[in-house]
Amino acid sequence: MAPATRAQYIIYIDYERCTGCRSCEIACAVAHSATKSIYTAPREKPRPKPRIRVFRVGELNVPMRCLHCANAPCVRVCPTGAMHYTEEGFVVVDEVKCIGCGLCTLVCPIGHPYVDPETGKAVKCTFCYKRIREGRLPACVEACPVDALIFGKTSEVLEEVRARKASVLAQAYLLGRDILPSPA
Amino acid sequence: MKSPKSLRIKPEDVTTVKGLDKLIYKAEEEGVELAWHRFMKQQPQCGFGLLGICCRNCAMGPCRINPFGGEPSRGVCGATADTIVARNLIRMIAAGAAAHSDHARDILYVFRDVVWGRNKAYKITDPEKLKWVAGKLGVKVVGRNIMEIGRDVAAILEKEFGKQDEEPLALVKALAPKKRLAVWMKAGICPRNIDREIVEIMHRTHMGVDADPVSLIAQGARAALADGWSGSMMATLLSDIMFGTPKPVKAVANLGVLKEDYVNIIVHGHNPLLSMKIVEAAMSKEMQELARKYGAKGVNVAGMCCTGNEVLMRLGVPIAGSMLMQELAIVTGAVEAVVADYQCIMPALVTVAQCYHTKLITTEKKAKIPGALHIEFDPARADECAREIVRIAIENYQNRVPEKVFIPKEKVELVAGFSVEAILAALGGTLKPLADALRSGVIKGVVGIVGCNNPKVKHTYGHVELTKELIKRDILVVGTGCWAIAAALHGLLTPKAASMAGPGLRRLCSKLGIPPALHMGSCVDCSRMLLLLGMLADELGVDISDLPVAGSAPEWMSEKAVSIGTYFVASGVLVHLGVVPPVLGSEKVTKILTEDLESIVGARFYVETDPKKAAEYIAEYIEEKRRKLGWPA
Repeated sequence: MAPATRAQYIIYIDYERCTGCRSCEIACAVAHSATKSIYTAPREKPRPKPRIRVFRVGELNVPMRCLHCANAPCVRVCPTGAMHYTEEGFVVVDEVKCIGCGLCTLVCPIGHPYVDPETGKAVKCTFCYKRIREGRLPACVEACPVDALIFGKTSEVLEEVRARKASVLAQAYLLGRDILPSPA
Repeated sequence: MKSPKSLRIKPEDVTTVKGLDKLIYKAEEEGVELAWHRFMKQQPQCGFGLLGICCRNCAMGPCRINPFGGEPSRGVCGATADTIVARNLIRMIAAGAAAHSDHARDILYVFRDVVWGRNKAYKITDPEKLKWVAGKLGVKVVGRNIMEIGRDVAAILEKEFGKQDEEPLALVKALAPKKRLAVWMKAGICPRNIDREIVEIMHRTHMGVDADPVSLIAQGARAALADGWSGSMMATLLSDIMFGTPKPVKAVANLGVLKEDYVNIIVHGHNPLLSMKIVEAAMSKEMQELARKYGAKGVNVAGMCCTGNEVLMRLGVPIAGSMLMQELAIVTGAVEAVVADYQCIMPALVTVAQCYHTKLITTEKKAKIPGALHIEFDPARADECAREIVRIAIENYQNRVPEKVFIPKEKVELVAGFSVEAILAALGGTLKPLADALRSGVIKGVVGIVGCNNPKVKHTYGHVELTKELIKRDILVVGTGCWAIAAALHGLLTPKAASMAGPGLRRLCSKLGIPPALHMGSCVDCSRMLLLLGMLADELGVDISDLPVAGSAPEWMSEKAVSIGTYFVASGVLVHLGVVPPVLGSEKVTKILTEDLESIVGARFYVETDPKKAAEYIAEYIEEKRRKLGWPA
């Protein structure tokens, strides 16, 4: 069942900015570790797993994370109800209920969740909902050194994005106006 | 957008030094960014960098290894995390050893000119020290003119940088205990030529050369030893010869040493060639009078960092602060000039100085900062250069903005000047009383604390907590550099501080009239500790690695510290690090440094960010050494 509140938060990804440094992957894994320290997390068992992954596609670096669909196929398909929405509308897996069937993997439009062989449970981006509730940023957003990942209320972030895009359009317009000869 | 982290720092979160809080607030009010602010902006720091698994040694990269397993597991060339971490580490050693040794080279060149009569600005102040060095190097001393002796010594020391054979360095052969030399020969890490060992690090770490972490670390140890026992050693020895061997001296520390009605000059950096001359010029009648003409009561010189330690040890010049306080000194608005040579000078000083009337004067062609006033210091014309610089500072006094001046009143007394000679003198001429005190258990051991400041550690908290915990346990503390300044700032360098020590150490201190923590000098003066350890080991008939001693760098940051830590470990001393080094990306390298080295050189590294836990560990380690020697616990 789709949540009452949904899509109210966004992590807007600016693909033009991503340098492919993959600091977000490290921060994500550390945030989902037991010891929460870069120095000790890599040695933990089970190994902490990052939930964001940066792909190189042509000339662009493309960070891929869960889209926290408003009408998530993984929530609909989950046989135990482990996959569910938080009150904010984030899609999160309850590790107690999860049986590791992998149906979420099959139905996801972008192939995000998967069953961790070490734990037998589905691993997916949690939108760092616990950090958000504490007033902190999601780990990937905090780690990004170039602000390629932008977190906020969807409406507010989009205002900013639209303003940026508007200024790009305005520049293009002015360029066009100045180059073309004025009508006789 | 990252959430706008409030760019204000809480002084109590970043430092434990009294008086700095008001300056930090002042800086923020006046829009001056400090190292702590920049440190916040850098968070979170790159995980690959923190673990040492980023390699930029060739253009096939930059490469990084996935610390969580999976890909990428190797660089493009096939280098594993082990190779990458080891290469990065020894490049840090190379840089640190280069800094210390090039500083020594500069001093050597002046010494050479002095003994050949080409430089009259400097002189031989301690001929006995020169004769001692000569004797150790096998140079004939009896019946010879001091300059002749000096020329032969200079010729030998020159070759430390350039001899082309496989023989150990002359100073290493002359000064290191025989047992240690044997250990280094066996391990194949006896240093041959200061510059060569550093060059060999650069060669080995080039793409496609040495990929074996053990082999790489061995070369790192060799270069570090060349630094400790020859490069830094030479800097200390020649500075003692030309400027005097330090004797116990009383002085004052903290920013309260700046004087409101005086022209304030801060000497910053490392080389006494510059700072001693600036002090000399500033204190001259001519300059003091000139200052009065400009409306000041006189000229006041205070030191910062190691050059501050050099003039403190020899002249009792007050010390304004340690590495992380360099910007705050300018924020007082009361400093006419910061006169700097090299190492540990933040380029940020230019920006900070621009907010006040302060002139940042760089003096070394090797250390230029865009925006600073560059006046090249030529040792051949040392006195004129020094006078010109002091004059510029004095003329700047009229540009001081009174409303922007705030000098915290906090200042602390201290005793410095504990060269090995001074320690021997305090002990009555031999090390026997110290050896006896150790053997009987009056004091349990000796720990040398060194190193820098680092915003990763609350400023001076690491240094001071560790010192307090150790002296409480009857462990004598000695040290150099920014540790010494930290200890001074907290009143630990006075005989009164013995009240914080355990009963045994307290007794020793009151008997000898010394503080429980001894200031042995600047960073290159870590070589004084090597000599002391060697002498103690010989006195007791053991190797340095058998002694109930340890070392620590609780707040280290510089590559010089990596070299120092490595040469102490290679010399048989356990070295505690209070800041995690960038090696955890390789389990193998971490194990070599923290475990395996013990079976090769008799010591290892120990990493612990909590100074109290570190003190406990070190105390137990010392107990273990005592047990093995058959001494009472």
